[in-house]
Amino acid sequence: MPTIVVEVMPKAELLDPQGKAVAGALGRLGQTQSALANVSGVRVGKRFEISIEGVADAATLAAVRELADTVLSNSVIEDVVGIHVQDAPSSAVA
Amino acid sequence: MRIGVVTFPGSLDDRDAARAIRLAGADAVALWHGDHDLHGVDALVLPGGFSYGDYLRAGAIASLSPIMTEVIDAANKGMPVLGICNGFQMLTEAHLLDGGLIRNDKGRFICRDQGLRIENNASDWTTGFAANAEIVIPLKNGEGSFMASVETLKALEGEGRIVARYIGGNPNGSLNDIAGVTNARGNVVGLMPHPEHAVEAGFGPDTDNAMASGVDGLTFFTSVIAQALVAR
Repeated sequence: MPTIVVEVMPKAELLDPQGKAVAGALGRLGQTQSALANVSGVRVGKRFEISIEGVADAATLAAVRELADTVLSNSVIEDVVGIHVQDAPSSAVA
Repeated sequence: MRIGVVTFPGSLDDRDAARAIRLAGADAVALWHGDHDLHGVDALVLPGGFSYGDYLRAGAIASLSPIMTEVIDAANKGMPVLGICNGFQMLTEAHLLDGGLIRNDKGRFICRDQGLRIENNASDWTTGFAANAEIVIPLKNGEGSFMASVETLKALEGEGRIVARYIGGNPNGSLNDIAGVTNARGNVVGLMPHPEHAVEAGFGPDTDNAMASGVDGLTFFTSVIAQALVAR
């Protein structure tokens, strides 16, 4: 089933308190795991996977692009950073 | 005067808002998010809470509710609309107000009595305040940090559309200490703090005179009632 993936991130210039909290926790891990010691920041965004019946044609993709800009993201505080089509909903990496 | 309060799935402060409206001297009319009917009300309150569990973005899904078609139409025709907390978030998501709200800068939910300065006493909801009145009402939210582009911020400041500013310290990282804004016409107001929780002695913030005696929030509701009388 074709799946349109939309990725949204908080605007780069805005503070991302969620990412900052995660980065703080990684920083504390970094004290014991030297491989994490050079992590300098984390930002947390969102990934939407929209399953399509049949084919993801140009019209569908255009409609999802519109949806991404108007509903899935709020341009005051977020940016759509990626839209792509994949063959199926994501599964765990091997 | 009849003031509608819209209940969304996850609204928490709809009954408090209705009570504040009654204490101010108007009739409160319960409205439902799934209807396309404002029941002929003269003004509207979008209450606080966590509509749809803040999924997607705070207020985003509620801003797409059936009743919002009528709310947006009425607001654009000049009906007074007050969005409190989650209601403010809905108004920004519905593009009735500029800017947006993000997570508090320290990542914490904040619940406290908050000092504010009312910098615009010409909006439909603030005419009862003296110029630059300083008030205290409760603030309680996790995503109250007001954000806007440099140009938007400049327009809001230049046009006097900052309704309320935090005093005594910025609680959440809001740009320019902004706690509430209005639209160009002054009929739509969004506030992160909660005036409906400071309307009756015994249940409001502490004051210098007595515990829980603060009723500064009532003036938002009496203002819109007085405005309606003038308009007639």
